[in-house]
Amino acid sequence: MTETRTGSPLSAGTTTGVSRRTLLKGSAAAAGVAIGSGAITGFPTIWAQNIKNVTLRQFGTGVSNLNAVADKVKEDLGFTLQMTALDSDAVAQRAVTQPKSYDIADIEYWICKKVFPAGVMQPMDVSKIKNFDKIVPIFVNGKLTPESAVAQGTAPHTVGFVEGKDSIKFAKSATQWMTLIPTIYNADTLGIRPDLVGRPITSWTDLLDPAFKGKASILNIPSIGIMDAAMVCEAMGEVKYGDKGNMTKEEIDKTLKIMTDAKKAGQFRAFWKTFDESVNLMSSGEVIIQSMWSPAVAAVRAKGIPCVYQPLKEGYRAWGGGLGIAKHLSGLELEAAYEYINWYLSGWVGAYLNRQGYYSAVLDTAKEHMSPDEWAFWMEGQPAKTDILSPEGKVMEKAGAVRDGGSFQDRMGRVACWNAVMDEDRYMVRKWNEFVAA
Amino acid sequence: MTASTVPSEASSASAAPRGDGVRRSTLRRVVPYLQAGPLALTLLVFLLIPILTIVAVSFWDYDSIRIYPDFVLTNYEELLTSPVTWKTYLNTVKFAALTWVITLLIGFTVAYFLAFHVQSTTWQMVLFLVCTIPFWTSNIIRMISWIPFLGRNGLLNSGLISAGLIDQPLEFLLFSDFAVVLAFVHLYALFMVVPIFNSMMRIDRALVEAARDGGASAAQVVWNVILPLAKPGIAIGSIFVVTLVMGDFITVRLMSGGQSASIGLMIANEISLLQYPAAAANAVVLLAVVLIMVVAMLRIVDIRKEL
Repeated sequence: MTETRTGSPLSAGTTTGVSRRTLLKGSAAAAGVAIGSGAITGFPTIWAQNIKNVTLRQFGTGVSNLNAVADKVKEDLGFTLQMTALDSDAVAQRAVTQPKSYDIADIEYWICKKVFPAGVMQPMDVSKIKNFDKIVPIFVNGKLTPESAVAQGTAPHTVGFVEGKDSIKFAKSATQWMTLIPTIYNADTLGIRPDLVGRPITSWTDLLDPAFKGKASILNIPSIGIMDAAMVCEAMGEVKYGDKGNMTKEEIDKTLKIMTDAKKAGQFRAFWKTFDESVNLMSSGEVIIQSMWSPAVAAVRAKGIPCVYQPLKEGYRAWGGGLGIAKHLSGLELEAAYEYINWYLSGWVGAYLNRQGYYSAVLDTAKEHMSPDEWAFWMEGQPAKTDILSPEGKVMEKAGAVRDGGSFQDRMGRVACWNAVMDEDRYMVRKWNEFVAA
Repeated sequence: MTASTVPSEASSASAAPRGDGVRRSTLRRVVPYLQAGPLALTLLVFLLIPILTIVAVSFWDYDSIRIYPDFVLTNYEELLTSPVTWKTYLNTVKFAALTWVITLLIGFTVAYFLAFHVQSTTWQMVLFLVCTIPFWTSNIIRMISWIPFLGRNGLLNSGLISAGLIDQPLEFLLFSDFAVVLAFVHLYALFMVVPIFNSMMRIDRALVEAARDGGASAAQVVWNVILPLAKPGIAIGSIFVVTLVMGDFITVRLMSGGQSASIGLMIANEISLLQYPAAAANAVVLLAVVLIMVVAMLRIVDIRKEL
């Protein structure tokens, strides 16, 4: 306890990190020897003989750090991928303070804005990324189609590239050096209990509707919660924002005043911070309307409780994550990391993520790994012809079901803002804490 | 090791000629230090150095990604001038006070029952062990199990509704200050029971008999004899409960549904946002406040004297 509370800020690169790393390496090597006898399939390379001894340590949030991926990597590429899943805050913390404790960081773009300038990661050479040209353009120039507008907030393309090989300065447009390879993204909205709200929900303002007094919730991760609050206040017409993802002090004050008043009036039942909390609040009926993540909605539905991921007329708040390479990686391990990233974009993972309701960065390759019916359901918003199965093979949706929010174009084309880190971040967090304590 | 060599040295020394006298007295002076050494070293490495580190970091500067060695007072300024801090301290002290009063009442009653009503030692031990059963599972599990029990559609509400006692579910049961204090009492009552029971067991039964012979009523015996003699136990239990509640963050977060603030929660939030210096300043202030509270308690009851 004492160690983690007091040691971590100081011991970023000192003895603690080193000993942990050696320890991990030792155990990983042992594991490698134990499993190493398996045949190597998939991507034959010149390192095929010794790459199986490589162990890459990846960490990130629970959404994409799945053991199924690690198992498939072992099968296809032959080396070992160790996965650690943490919550968003812990990810940012670990990325910055213990850079030697991981090789691959699976982080969100708004966190990248904080992490990359700390100099703990190395940019990736796009010429080594085979499917770079096929990456969804949102991540390259911010536009889904050439006509679409760039959404507010920390849009991924604004922190997607740096100026040079050793630069920590974000580039204004695409360069040869990429900070994160986009892997997963989605458009978030409110989740509701259709059986309990008793009327159609169409706007973000419904979160503060007094009819739902004591039955609403919002997520208590300041950087994300403030964006949901901004969507609500803007929809109410109470606050006009220059950029919801980069508010002025005045805009922050106005937004949180409205939220504080609502809190004092007893609008909220609870605040949630983790995925499980949001699922429990919704499934127990403590809360009937709240900001929510799409797999959490799926988890509530999986319990047989009706729950809808409600598209709203003001659009979505989006987020995206990607894989970055730690600065210390070099030689064979670095080659393995590129190998892994190329594999990541080659379709299997993309299909896996699409089947969970997220989106893959390279859609063409993911399509090859999905049945036409699956593709039509998840990506084109068409009614399912057969039962839709989860990646684990469980029935998620019966035949005839239609995905909330429609097709990929309908959802990602209606992103109003991205999760963000503001210039006034420190002020915003202080004000957010006042809101929570009010 | 040193301890085992001492007696043999001492016994052989008593038989040895006088020339060894000097060596023997040096040894006598050094041995106590050696005996205290391991503990002193442990405290130094695991308590003193970390605390000094926290104090040092609390004066450092930071931005959203890094901390910079420096000497600035902004962390303390921002902390002490913020109304949130005061509100949060008030709230935390409120939780501590409520929990303290309730656990004290429960702790004293349970300990009194065990020590004076249960006659057989076997039963005393059996019942005492029964008190510890909740500790067989983790704190968090015991806490979380309240949530489905107290919830809007929880066991308690549905029980009360089907019994016809209420029409609407009681909303204050969960995600409220009530829920927080309830969980605290549930978690920490035993920390009160054990030390009070311990000091009650040391009370000479003859004193109680003498009081009765002198015509004291049962209430007078408790108030004038047992309570004063159980004071050291009460003080120790109070220190446990108050320090635990002051430092807690997970109970407050889970049971209030994230809608109440506590200092521990404030520190946890700051750490999760990489604001280590601010968190360190907060921790230093919290440490000072808790130390003042403990000192105040020790001023009222001199534990050393009473033990």
